[in-house]
Amino acid sequence: MELLISIMLAVMTACGIYLMLRGRTFPVIVGLTLFTYAVNLFIFVMGRLTAGAPPIIGSGESYADPLPQALVLTAIVISFAMTAFVLVLALRARAELGNDHVDGAPVNEREDSRV
Amino acid sequence: MMHLIALPVLLPLVTGLLLLLLAGRKNFGLNRAISLVGAGLLVLVAALLFYTASSGVIQVYAMGDWAPPFGIVLVLDRLSALMVLVTSVLAFFSIWYAAGTMDHPAYNLNGLMHLLLLGINGAFLTGDLFNLFVCFEVLLLASYALLIQGDGPDRAKAALHYVVLNLAGSSLFLIAVATLYGITGTLNMADMAAKVAQLPEDRAPIVGTAALLFLVVFGLKAAVVPLYFWLPRAYSAASAPVAAMFAIMTKIGVYAIARMYTLIFGDQAGHLANLVQPWLWPLALTTLTLGFIGVLASRTLRMQVSYLVIISVGTLLAGLAIDTQASLSATFYYLAHSTWVCGALYLIVDLIRHQREDGSDEIKSGPALPQATTLGLLFFAGGLSVAGMPPLSGFIGKLLLLKAAGTGYEAIWLWSLVLLSGLAAITALSRSGSTFFWRTSGVATTGKAQAWPLAATIGLLATTLALALWGEPMIAYTDALAEQLLNPERYIQSVLRHTTVGG
Repeated sequence: MELLISIMLAVMTACGIYLMLRGRTFPVIVGLTLFTYAVNLFIFVMGRLTAGAPPIIGSGESYADPLPQALVLTAIVISFAMTAFVLVLALRARAELGNDHVDGAPVNEREDSRV
Repeated sequence: MMHLIALPVLLPLVTGLLLLLLAGRKNFGLNRAISLVGAGLLVLVAALLFYTASSGVIQVYAMGDWAPPFGIVLVLDRLSALMVLVTSVLAFFSIWYAAGTMDHPAYNLNGLMHLLLLGINGAFLTGDLFNLFVCFEVLLLASYALLIQGDGPDRAKAALHYVVLNLAGSSLFLIAVATLYGITGTLNMADMAAKVAQLPEDRAPIVGTAALLFLVVFGLKAAVVPLYFWLPRAYSAASAPVAAMFAIMTKIGVYAIARMYTLIFGDQAGHLANLVQPWLWPLALTTLTLGFIGVLASRTLRMQVSYLVIISVGTLLAGLAIDTQASLSATFYYLAHSTWVCGALYLIVDLIRHQREDGSDEIKSGPALPQATTLGLLFFAGGLSVAGMPPLSGFIGKLLLLKAAGTGYEAIWLWSLVLLSGLAAITALSRSGSTFFWRTSGVATTGKAQAWPLAATIGLLATTLALALWGEPMIAYTDALAEQLLNPERYIQSVLRHTTVGG
């Protein structure tokens, strides 16, 4: 199970970073979202993977660490709020700059305006 | 008295929420009054905490009376108290300035300013790593909203870069926190320091990775090379009180670096002792160099001040990299100075901009300003102080730092770069100053500055004089601060031996 989750995390992070490096705002936001998913899962996994164990010490042979679950909840809420904010900001930048490029204008248009 | 430590967090929270409720056009006068009173009270609380901390006792406050290392703690030592004081003084004058200038007001500005303060003070006081992350998010979210107050395509573009970069930074922060938790099993910074000191050798590399990830995150906040490109554009797009308040934002990164790499990864850290110091030195010098090139190359005054902020970050990091008591003491003296003076410069630039015919801060000659003498003197004083000329506080800070560099090869690098950056600052500021005040034709028809913003600017600038006049007690304080920072056992013991009220 560890191997499967590690591979999944790696693929998700790689996809997220690739998309974040794109030039338009929408792929960047999708990339950020994927990256935060990967991070949330990573926090959860850092409490070690246990199946079928309650998060209470002394209740059985093994127990699940409850703290990462609490942390991941906080992280999800924060990243959700941030994603909502960046979406609105991207829409506003699209409205004010007239296009959805992260630097304001695609390269060929910028060269045109310089001439 | 015991609950006083929680006030720098609670007071802005209550004020901020109240102000957001009163954010409409109808209540704007009341809104400004409450905001100013709230900021004034915060300065009083911070001064009281500063006085308490100067005795050297490390106070621990367990939130909800949950004993450390399980609950979240607030810790007040000399460093936290100084940072809270620097922040609240800067905030008071920024809010005062905002109260006088907002002719076409941004109704949420005051409320957001206090929420920003909540995050900043929380970050300085917390003794818990995950809580530090939460405070960073609180202050970042407030700063995003403050940055896009008002409109204009430049602001939207700068805000987009700033937000996306910081979101990526937050994710890295979480990865680092989770890795440390996974290995050490704790989030309390004092407990983590104790655990890292006893780390078995085979676990050291993975914890070291997390420690270096933290350097990337804090470096992004502090605007260290190569992560500083967002700063000049974002800061020069922000409105004046916001830009002045943002002068503390880079220092939060510097604070976090100082705290993290003396407490958890300092001399006591076993296999990982002092692992970032070799990285800090070249980063600091490169930041310094690129900062002064930027100052010389800027075309607008706000851009110039933004690069002065970057120079100050480079100087501060150099002090942290040398890592002796003398250098740390100089660093924190210089930190207070540079925060206040850079904040004051943003306000002065805004006053100048409003008296220009075209309302821009581009460095080119135009009609003379109606209040050229007053503004010229303010600009001159601010410029002298930030460039590090006697008799103001910048000179004392830089002198202490240069003395702390010793006589080795470090001294050669530091002396030449710090002095060159001072020269660059003088050259650039005198060029822009003479363009603005002397190379003029006719008189601009713009009105005079209002009394309140002018008073706020003078007040903030006067802090540099105060830092020079009361230099001796201040340096005694920062000396003791550096000593406390280099001996983290007392911090660790104070937190771990803390007994809760209920026993």
